[in-house]
Amino acid sequence: MAALVLHAVSLDIPDGAAVGILGPNGSGKTTLLRLIGGAARPWSGHVLLDGREITSLSRRALARRMAVVPQETVLTFDYSALEIVLMGRYPHLGAFEVERPQDRAAAYAALEATGTAALADRPFRTLSGGEKQRVVIASALAQLDLGQGLQAQGPKDTAASPGRQSVLLLDEPTASLDLKYQLEVDSLLRRLRDTLGITVVLSTHDLRLARSVCKRLVLLSRGRVIANGPTAEVLTPALIGQLFDIDAAAAAPML
Amino acid sequence: MRRAFIIGLCFLGMLVAIVVAPFIGSTPIDFGRVFSGDVALADNVDAQIFLIARLPRALAAALVGGTLAAAGVVFQGLLRNPLATPYTLGVSAGASLGAMIAITFGAGWQVGGVASASLVGAILAVLVVYALATAQHRGISTTVLLLAGVTLNAFFSALILFVQYISDFSQTFRALRWLMGDLDVASYGPILAALPLVVVAFLGFAWLARPLNLLTLGPEAAGARGVNVELAQRIAFFTASLATGAAVSVGGPIGFVGIIVPHLVRLLVGADHRVVLPASTFFGAAFLVACDAIARTVLAPIELPVGIITAMIGGPFFLWLLVRKS
Repeated sequence: MAALVLHAVSLDIPDGAAVGILGPNGSGKTTLLRLIGGAARPWSGHVLLDGREITSLSRRALARRMAVVPQETVLTFDYSALEIVLMGRYPHLGAFEVERPQDRAAAYAALEATGTAALADRPFRTLSGGEKQRVVIASALAQLDLGQGLQAQGPKDTAASPGRQSVLLLDEPTASLDLKYQLEVDSLLRRLRDTLGITVVLSTHDLRLARSVCKRLVLLSRGRVIANGPTAEVLTPALIGQLFDIDAAAAAPML
Repeated sequence: MRRAFIIGLCFLGMLVAIVVAPFIGSTPIDFGRVFSGDVALADNVDAQIFLIARLPRALAAALVGGTLAAAGVVFQGLLRNPLATPYTLGVSAGASLGAMIAITFGAGWQVGGVASASLVGAILAVLVVYALATAQHRGISTTVLLLAGVTLNAFFSALILFVQYISDFSQTFRALRWLMGDLDVASYGPILAALPLVVVAFLGFAWLARPLNLLTLGPEAAGARGVNVELAQRIAFFTASLATGAAVSVGGPIGFVGIIVPHLVRLLVGADHRVVLPASTFFGAAFLVACDAIARTVLAPIELPVGIITAMIGGPFFLWLLVRKS
């Protein structure tokens, strides 16, 4: 008998929002993210994208709107960084179709946008943790057709931003990185947020990343939302202390 | 460009091997005479040896080698395990058990023979493994698949020993020869019998090439990029298993082709399955034709089973691969 992981979670994520799901290990962050991404189905309840049930969209249609960056990517075979990014073009190609020039252009633009163009022909396996994560984010951008938008230093006017219709889900994107690479990923995500207007939803227990990237935070504890609001209002010693089950006084220096 | 060149080179290698191998053998035949149009086939001994005695064997080697190599690629991609072989999931053990039963008890059977019995054994093994791997899980659990396959391999091996124990001496001898993997094919019949399954399997392989690339990232990451993971896994499992069953029904469980060929090809062309699959197919075909030519001649007039040659080459290569990885 499987246990319920999430209880009565209700979230509204507007276009272009940068939302962080914050919580300790086992709080249901990853499950919530998998539900949003359509990788898991809810026992009961609904996940809607533009008012439509997410499971009613075809996998390919969904993949063109929403991309997922896992905590870590471990490969069985030696693909190059470019090949990994080109895999993002999967939902844009027919069953027996080979990548067209525009697919390669999208991949190169995504590599450029994430500062990994010089790594294109390197075996993915030989990259550092931060480089790997940036290449996987490039793959997500190629998937969402957003590489070019970032390169052009798109408009600040968020209503017209190229990424407004796109969602990027990141599951603890910095959890297996050391500080230097955490900062690399952090600054890249802020740039994506600001120049593309892309909707970012990330799960993390990294308070620094949450504050730096997210405009709104959802605090998740044992499968329940204990707070949901603007980052500044939610990142308080009292709430963070409650979330991680520590004294508010101990939480204060970390904020 | 380089990739197309390597696929072309492997294809050419396969053609050359198939044409050249029949000229190697105890009775020398003359190239010019074989293809001479002046003499009727009935009077042209060289052409008869080429077309009737030796070409079927070369074609069978090509079919079996290409199929095993391609199935190896697909299993390695499906299981995300570079050390998987076409035999990892119990297909060959099922096929072998079927063949053993036919050799021992099948003397009076009206239909079929060792080949069809091995195919039936292979299909039964595939169904059992599939039922186990999907019993507790939405989609296929590759972990259960691997465990079920390994367990079934061990169980079938025990049954094979049992059947061998109750066979008489000549049956045991035949069974052992079959288990070594032998391409003693002297007509086009076995090739034509296996061909439909192999063709269907390769249609599946062609569709699978790109999904297999993405499955390497893991099922969740592949799904997030729009891959229908359950469908791709099912097609990979069934096509590769049936292709393996068909290949084993022709040549017995010839070892190592399904692992060393894909690895050699990956060293040359990288990991993209759209290149690795066709290149491995052609290279595997050429490789087994060459191994069979060696097997027929190295200890002439004795003809060795080709499985001994592939094992002699494959065993050390496999070890080198393990050491190289670590």
